[in-house]
Amino acid sequence: MSLFGIAWRSIRQRALASLLTALSMGLGVMLVVAVLSIHGVVSESFRSNASLGYNMIVGAKGGKLQLTLNTVYYLSQPVENIPYEYYLEFLTAEQRQREQADPGRIDLKRDGRFGRSVALAIPVCLGDYVEEFRLVGTTPAFLDKLRFGPEMDRKFEFAAGRNFQHKSAEHGYFEAVLGAVAARELGAGLGAELHPAHGDPEGHVHAQGFTVVGILKRSGTPNDRAVFVNMEGFYLMADHAKPVDEDAEHAHAHDQDPPHDHDQAPDQAHAPKPQDHDPAHDHDHDHGDDHAHGHDHGHDHAAAGPIPMNQREVTAVLIRTVDAAVTPGLQNTINEGREAQAVLPVLEIYNLFEVIVRPIQTVLLVLTAMICVVSGISILVSIYNSMSERRHEIAVIRALGAGRDTVMTIILLESVLLSLGGGIAGWLVAHALNALAGPLIAAQTGVAIGFWNIELSEALLIPAILLLAVLFGFFPALSAYRTDVGKSL
Amino acid sequence: MLLDLENVKKSFVEPNGDQLPILDIPRFQLQRNEQMVLVGPSGCGKTTMLHVIAGIRRADAGAVRIDGTDIESLSEAGRDRFRAAKIGYIFQTFNLLPGFSALENVLLGMTFARGRKDPPRAQMLLDRVGLTARASHNPSALSVGEQQRVAVARALANRPALILADEPTANVDHAHQSQIVELIRETCREENIGLLMVTHSQEVASQFERVDRLEEINRV
Repeated sequence: MSLFGIAWRSIRQRALASLLTALSMGLGVMLVVAVLSIHGVVSESFRSNASLGYNMIVGAKGGKLQLTLNTVYYLSQPVENIPYEYYLEFLTAEQRQREQADPGRIDLKRDGRFGRSVALAIPVCLGDYVEEFRLVGTTPAFLDKLRFGPEMDRKFEFAAGRNFQHKSAEHGYFEAVLGAVAARELGAGLGAELHPAHGDPEGHVHAQGFTVVGILKRSGTPNDRAVFVNMEGFYLMADHAKPVDEDAEHAHAHDQDPPHDHDQAPDQAHAPKPQDHDPAHDHDHDHGDDHAHGHDHGHDHAAAGPIPMNQREVTAVLIRTVDAAVTPGLQNTINEGREAQAVLPVLEIYNLFEVIVRPIQTVLLVLTAMICVVSGISILVSIYNSMSERRHEIAVIRALGAGRDTVMTIILLESVLLSLGGGIAGWLVAHALNALAGPLIAAQTGVAIGFWNIELSEALLIPAILLLAVLFGFFPALSAYRTDVGKSL
Repeated sequence: MLLDLENVKKSFVEPNGDQLPILDIPRFQLQRNEQMVLVGPSGCGKTTMLHVIAGIRRADAGAVRIDGTDIESLSEAGRDRFRAAKIGYIFQTFNLLPGFSALENVLLGMTFARGRKDPPRAQMLLDRVGLTARASHNPSALSVGEQQRVAVARALANRPALILADEPTANVDHAHQSQIVELIRETCREENIGLLMVTHSQEVASQFERVDRLEEINRV
């Protein structure tokens, strides 16, 4: 019979007490694993979402983090808008001349100031909602051109349907694509008509609807929870056009092809004029809402063409520079101007993680480690309290020829077995819970997690448990060591 | 000579700090394969003498030679190892470990002696004491007499040179006392093991050829 066997028998003899002390260690380890798993999910989520397909966001002056959170994660509210004309500065002359809306006084024949530094510029208009999901007014390039993922090689794929078009024969400017989560939770399929709420999930619902023509596959990005619409249709919704002077408003008398994203051939369809411009109409939206201007609520622009450029604003422009080397210079130039600011979203996300998320995770980890220490103390108390009952048993073992170090080893082994047994059970339960919660976590964060998702830091668990076991088993073991055999027999 | 005590003294310290002498034995010897009983009233130091011989307690003075080795010259760990290898101890209250079966209790007797693990021998010893069918039972499932038999088997496990039996029939009913004594004597005879039994029972003492009185060999 080995010393392990003797220790195991002793544990079985006090089955209930042993089970409870092992359970407390198991709970502690389970919490530690849970925190480590959460850390892994959050880190992976941040990491994957930091690979955005663009390396700069240009938006209104204000909080950098707010701009990043709003644009990347669709959190918080837009700070303000920037003029459409400023967005055009990121286009080359060739791209600018493909614009279909009435440019007014804007010279489209020249290169934008930053056009030659930019490989991709995608405008986004934010502020409206479809229930709790953000409405993103943008161009088809958002879903066609952007790549994401750690290797920046994943493109947005469709589970059903197709990308929205700039202008389709069936739905005009009013097509929508749903992110995977949005589609599931809205219960909307292809052909469904969505009516965005203005400025707030509970806000005034636009009369103009958008027809769902596509549903994205899950991407694991915040875009899973967004509703994408054609930017032209976005502008044509009530209160989304910026009010202008009466004179400027009548400058667009000519027919134009509808605007399109800058990698597509221009659409030849005639662009109807926007109606009912009323510059005297009060702004009735909160500052920070975008595109709530001038028009009467519920006014339907379905029959109108793209609104003129001077009535447009964008919330942000997603930029991918031609080369990483030009990024700092471009950022500085934009930030020195008065019109807008440029932020590097990866940097902002990283700072957010390091400054806020990581310290919280560290605190959680420390707390759970303290729970394990408390569990270790309970093991100490349990074994120590049993020593008074077992003094005779220890004396018998000594009388049979066991040395002091042998009985001490037996007690230490009991502590190790209880700690390891509880720890392993806690680890198994934690990972089983991970596996059970995996589908939900994946749906919410895009991060796949299963039973065998093991954080590297979990490798420290076993040595830590062993250390705790020896530490807290030492005092009862010392008591066994000091047993007076003659007195105890 | 199997056992030779020479000028062995042992005293305890009382709560008030005074020394309480228990043993002062000028000479005591037991021959190889000899079986004897040591009688004396309760509290006269019989158990203390067995503890000193077994190395459980250290003598204050003198030599305790067992099979040629003076165990008083050994370290505590040395005495533990010696006891595991050379001495079998039968306790008054059996002292079987409750969480272990009869067979495992016998095996425990082998665990602490180096190179002495022999499960077939453990089973054979249980067979010899008539507990073949009870090998897997825990002590709580055994009668008093059966528990004492297991204790006898455990004491013999390592083929010791000497068996020390401390009042082995004290907790056995009268009807079975002779049987237990005879079992111990017979197995010691078969295994060529010396036997020193202590008892306060004259009836038990009457079964032995050599009976010494502790008060005759102990000057305290």
